[in-house]
Amino acid sequence: MATLAAVLATTHHPFYLKATTMPPEQQMPQAPEWKRKVEAYRETLTRAKPDILVMVGADHFHQFFLDNYPTFLIGKAPRYDATFYNEEREFGIPKYVLEGHVELSNFMHQGLLDRGFDFSFSHELKIDHSIICPIITTRPQADLPVVPIYTNIFAPPLPSPKRFWDLGRAIREIIDAYPSDQRIAAIGSGHLSLELGGPRQFQEHGPDPEFDRRAIEWLSSGNIEAILENVTVENLGTHGNATHGFMDLILMMGIAGPIKASYVDNLDLFHTMEAYLTWYPQGVAA
Amino acid sequence: MSKYYVNKFLFTVDRDPELLRRYKEDPRSLVLTWEQSIGPKLNDAETSTVNFLTDKEREVLINHDYVALFEMGAHFFLCLTIYIALYDEEYTKKHGPLSFQREYGAKLQHWLGREYPSVAI
Repeated sequence: MATLAAVLATTHHPFYLKATTMPPEQQMPQAPEWKRKVEAYRETLTRAKPDILVMVGADHFHQFFLDNYPTFLIGKAPRYDATFYNEEREFGIPKYVLEGHVELSNFMHQGLLDRGFDFSFSHELKIDHSIICPIITTRPQADLPVVPIYTNIFAPPLPSPKRFWDLGRAIREIIDAYPSDQRIAAIGSGHLSLELGGPRQFQEHGPDPEFDRRAIEWLSSGNIEAILENVTVENLGTHGNATHGFMDLILMMGIAGPIKASYVDNLDLFHTMEAYLTWYPQGVAA
Repeated sequence: MSKYYVNKFLFTVDRDPELLRRYKEDPRSLVLTWEQSIGPKLNDAETSTVNFLTDKEREVLINHDYVALFEMGAHFFLCLTIYIALYDEEYTKKHGPLSFQREYGAKLQHWLGREYPSVAI
């Protein structure tokens, strides 16, 4: 059976690449610290020696729109282009081409159906920054095949936090059952408190540092009970109108299980708090 | 009122550099053109007859009025992205990085502590 080599849950700040590669005299003061933290986080994936990446993110109205917006979708293509024109324009993110892994996509899709998750699917999927940002931060050589999974944290009505957790648990079962000797890492990106296009956007800190502190504590201790007691689709919006991306971090903890994270770091930036967590549910690679 | 159609305008213009340029240079002309020949498109061959902009929605889009769009419940991500594309560069040159985004937030301060208009359709 396959080995779950690591589970990573990370925020995706689309300006990371731009902020840390512009001429040093133009960089924000936190840029060197940000780069150090991201490179240290990258090492938590590298040491897990993964062969395949299951990538969890959310399309930000790039390929999908309100005429046909999937709640949960899996990519099943042999190859994926990444980065849309408006992401290059706004964030300075370059284009990538990622190899897919059709066999694991098919196995995952069937396994999800068997477990009550009737996924939408795509054989021609272009990936957006919710997946390419964590590639840039944790695997910048972009050399591993991926299985992309998209969730709806964006266009109401949204599934519940419990549903994201249960989906993570189902993905874990499927990875564990995959008949292969390969090492699979799951990497998902989301947000802590975040405001976009509202009165609390782009301030010195994220819109709700207290929520961020509690959210990191819940994730790092594997405390799903506290999350399900405290977090609802409705109250996530009170911490910042785009805070629903936290549910993708809940999903990632679902893949790991209710266990302590092996690596936890964060960085208080303008606009948002960054968080970087890694679990090794089956131990660290020898 | 059609939140869906307002969002469709923002979505289709933001992803097309030529439409974006026209929306900045001559917003009235672009909005009217969009209503005639772009908004109704389902794909290259099919058109839809069921959506329309109200007079108010049309004027709000022509005026780049992101405060009114927020208050109508247009999707926050689409609004922010398209108006950053239109204004960020010139604001940054004049007033420094993130000055447009901060002005945008400041113009919405009267919503602090209140329940925001829903982006659900």
